[in-house]
Amino acid sequence: MARVVLDRVTKKFGEVAAVNDVSLTVFDREFLVLVGPSGCGKSTILRLVAGLEDVSSGEIRVGDGLVNDVAPKDRDIAMVFQNYALYPHMSVFDNLAFSLKLRRVPKQQIRQRVQQTAATLGLEGLLERKPKQLSGGQRQRVALGRAIVREPQVFLMDEPLSNLDAQLRVQTRAELIKLHRRLEATVIYVTHDQVEAMTMGSRIAVMRDGVLQQMDTPTGLYDRPANMFVAGFIGSPSMNFLSGRLERHNGSLQVTAGDLVLDLPPERAAGADSANTQEVVVGVRPEDVQPAASLVPNGHRPINASVDVVEHMGNEKFVYLSLANASLVARIDVSCPASAGENLPVVVDAGKIHLFHPATEEAIF
Amino acid sequence: MDRLWLAAAVVAGIPLLLVGYITLAEGAVSRLPGRGSGWIRPWLWLAPGLFFITVFLIYPTVGTLRLSFLGPDSTRPVGLANYVFVFTDKSMLVALRNNGLWLVLFTLLTVGLGLLVAVLTDRVRYEAAAKSLVFLPMAVSFTAASVIWKFMFDYRPPGTPQTGTLNAVLSLIPGFQPRAWLINPPLNNVFLIVAAVWVWTGFCMVILSAALKGIPSEVQEAARVDGATEWQLFWRITFPLLGSTVAVAITIMVVFALKTFDVVYVMTNGNYDTQNTAFAQYEQLFVNHDFGHAAAIGVVLLIAILPVLAFNLRRFQQQESTR
Repeated sequence: MARVVLDRVTKKFGEVAAVNDVSLTVFDREFLVLVGPSGCGKSTILRLVAGLEDVSSGEIRVGDGLVNDVAPKDRDIAMVFQNYALYPHMSVFDNLAFSLKLRRVPKQQIRQRVQQTAATLGLEGLLERKPKQLSGGQRQRVALGRAIVREPQVFLMDEPLSNLDAQLRVQTRAELIKLHRRLEATVIYVTHDQVEAMTMGSRIAVMRDGVLQQMDTPTGLYDRPANMFVAGFIGSPSMNFLSGRLERHNGSLQVTAGDLVLDLPPERAAGADSANTQEVVVGVRPEDVQPAASLVPNGHRPINASVDVVEHMGNEKFVYLSLANASLVARIDVSCPASAGENLPVVVDAGKIHLFHPATEEAIF
Repeated sequence: MDRLWLAAAVVAGIPLLLVGYITLAEGAVSRLPGRGSGWIRPWLWLAPGLFFITVFLIYPTVGTLRLSFLGPDSTRPVGLANYVFVFTDKSMLVALRNNGLWLVLFTLLTVGLGLLVAVLTDRVRYEAAAKSLVFLPMAVSFTAASVIWKFMFDYRPPGTPQTGTLNAVLSLIPGFQPRAWLINPPLNNVFLIVAAVWVWTGFCMVILSAALKGIPSEVQEAARVDGATEWQLFWRITFPLLGSTVAVAITIMVVFALKTFDVVYVMTNGNYDTQNTAFAQYEQLFVNHDFGHAAAIGVVLLIAILPVLAFNLRRFQQQESTR
């Protein structure tokens, strides 16, 4: 196994930079998830690491070696493609054995390794079948098996679960995590699904328009988003954004956003002061908006809101609220009464809000 | 002027006739009591097609078969004499040999080069331009193409200006003696084949290129990541996946190889041992007026093509059944 280093990597298609000056390190045995909306450059990064595209500038290192000019076949990397890309004219056995045959592994050993891999993935009964005769989930496992059988230094996975139905996706997600633990492999995993990213990644790299926005652990991203994009992208429902002002009031720093007036705790006020701006964007996670009745009123001032829509999720509910000149989503307990058209006084936890610079969209804290 | 009217009448009349037939037939069927219309309807729709196939294909085939057992003027039966002629006459044996040569070389070169061009142009930016260039000869009639190549291979005695392109170019090499490419057997057959290959390579290239585009790029990329060299990628992934299309291209080219006529007729007029069976058939029919010989050659050609047709048909059915 090995680590993968991208050092100031840029990839241009014509004038467009699909990947723009990205530097990141994937540690040995790490499960790194690249996440972002479509067209953000995450798949391009994977293809650059695989050697299917050449970098325009920058360096890519796998293990200790620079691989910029190394052909894909010599990089000792396995890739799982979104549409599986199985060889349609070969049986499952031959699909799994293909890479070993190319490396002139002895026949006996090929048979053994293929069977071992098939057993790991529950493909034993399917070895004689052609890809056409398999279900989506089985094809997906063959694609995975084709990567595993090689025992490569690094696994690259390009949205491998996106073609599976919802139930199978959740199940396979768990299997992949277990598999990663057992193989002790370095994995770079691309997805546009932030839930997949949060549940699978040891660390997550968030991309947008070819630029790396932030790279951190799932909780790190959630609790300390570097900018408004990351804050909005990670978490469901998305973080609420309200435009507000910073004002000093009786010696303490206050944030005002419409009806919402929050006293910043002293330890956060220092950070806000250094931002050197009065206009701010206030970010509030839906779970940090709660009905006034359910919280101990320790300095939180309730504000009046009217309920637009209630979405019942079973274990919780999402309440879409209208304020005087803004709207908010709250994630509240099922036991809290709230129905559309009613008024619901809510409080916002001032200790957990995020502030962003309105021009740069960078986080103040 | 009369002919123009006739042509107009045919162009407008036949479709009208067919539409009229279908309207009337459908009207009649719909008036039938429930159960009868079920099996009658398909036959009503098939009838025009069956009629034309019978008149223009089956009747002539059976007629040719009959003629092949009759003498030159089709009056008295001669048994298998015409077939004995086909397989023993010296000139016919050369024609059969040439057909064999065409069958192998023409098919191999058109499909091989077509595949090569399709695969190579797939990797370059000027693909469209390169492919158009290779396909261009298809737009030329085969007679015109043959004339072009006749000029290419043209021969003038040494010492006189060489008007043939090939001789003119090769004359730039010191010590080269102009050669009569189309005169000396058996290589002159190869030069005829070259002319036909020039025309037909574009056709093979187009169908193979279309099939190539049908192979998902991810599959090829997966093979590269799996450790395949470009050579291994071609032979283990691309070529097997093109297999069925290659087979189709081969069968089409085999049929064309067997029935080639125009190239031989225009470039050598069947002289210098370049005649093939199609040309021999033409010669027997229109020069010697020997209907028996011509018919026997036709039947032999038909039988030679049958296995190819059967293969194509089976392939087609397989494709339909997997759809």
